Amino acid sequence: MEPSGNAAMKTFLVVDDSALVRKIARRMLESWAFDVDEAEDGQRALERCSRSMPDGILLDWNMPQVTGLEFLEKLRGQTDGTAPKVVFCTSMNDMGHIARALSSGADEYIMKPFDEDILREKLEEVGLLEKSET
Amino acid sequence: MIAHSEYDFLRRFLKSRSGLILGDEKQYLLESRLEPVLQKMKVPDMSRLVALLRDGPAPAGLADAVVEAMTTNESLFFRDKNPFDLLSTHILPELLQKRAPMHTLRIWCAAASTGQEPYSIAMLLKENERLLGGRRVEIIGTDLSSDVLARCEEGLYNQFEVQRGLPVHYLLRYFTQVGDQWRIAPEIRSMVRFSRLNLLQPFSHLGTFDIVFCRNVLIYFDSATKSDILARIAGVTAKDGYLLLGGAETVLGLTADFVAGNRRGFYVPRAAASAMALAAK
Repeated sequence: MEPSGNAAMKTFLVVDDSALVRKIARRMLESWAFDVDEAEDGQRALERCSRSMPDGILLDWNMPQVTGLEFLEKLRGQTDGTAPKVVFCTSMNDMGHIARALSSGADEYIMKPFDEDILREKLEEVGLLEKSET
Repeated sequence: MIAHSEYDFLRRFLKSRSGLILGDEKQYLLESRLEPVLQKMKVPDMSRLVALLRDGPAPAGLADAVVEAMTTNESLFFRDKNPFDLLSTHILPELLQKRAPMHTLRIWCAAASTGQEPYSIAMLLKENERLLGGRRVEIIGTDLSSDVLARCEEGLYNQFEVQRGLPVHYLLRYFTQVGDQWRIAPEIRSMVRFSRLNLLQPFSHLGTFDIVFCRNVLIYFDSATKSDILARIAGVTAKDGYLLLGGAETVLGLTADFVAGNRRGFYVPRAAASAMALAAK
């Protein structure tokens, strides 16, 4: 993450092996004034977090090397790893995966495909964005 | 393009049937919403539709189909969040202090749309079950549209709908997955009763309610209609009950029957506010 010069700016890490998903998510998050960084798998995401812990993480499930779930378990095991709000964003769209993600420490869960309204409302739900009236 | 006289007729028709006010430049909206009705009812074009509605003989269900197509049915779970926070943190605790243990708590959702609002209330009450102290709860969801009420009854939502406003732990707790759809749990479904109601028609037969949700529907009516509906809502609201409107709606300048509550976001009958003021003296 580049220094933004804005101390109040929240930081967000988008973890997905699809460059397209990262690009779409980045565009949405930046429009809500987040300082966005990207990682293409769980291993790189862990490296990013060890350098600087973000306020929020958007996390894919299936990725090469370290999966989203493995990343989350390792993250939550770190001393400062409980702080980021983690929102899974995956095409694993069933009860079993959702339950497993929550029990491993995810704060919210998005089933792909997603749109701007869904992402915004999930971020409001975890307290990373102010609630807007519809 | 629809002729000016036909557009005028449809505006008057919609106003008289549903109270819906259509602005001067809504021809596109009208045509895009009514196109599926033309196809479904095998009506060749808008001119013929207007002729059938005006002069008859209109096929059975045509008038209702036109009204339903034009009424907005956008809804989401826990819409705007604040009314539901108010319900659990303020209204419910206050109300339950005033109600006997045998009292059945009655809540009316006056524009239930596709059911997200009444089901959100039901889930919230389920989460606060201990607070209820065994009291029975009756949630009535009404809407003008029989199509959306059929969806309410079914309690089946697609993947987008269950992600709009619904916290994921509620999804896990109160829904089951049916293919790529999600069905509301029977324990929540059974808390809500649905029926068709046009707010322009009398509704005193519904009985008296402790809480009325009439959110994001008054905005479609003119001032006189809003005043009339609010006055009649006052007639079915308990003297110490609560009224919740949409974020862009108010009672100010429309009725003297309700006044702002002691928290932003809800209204109480004037009599209750006066009694509270007296008690505080």
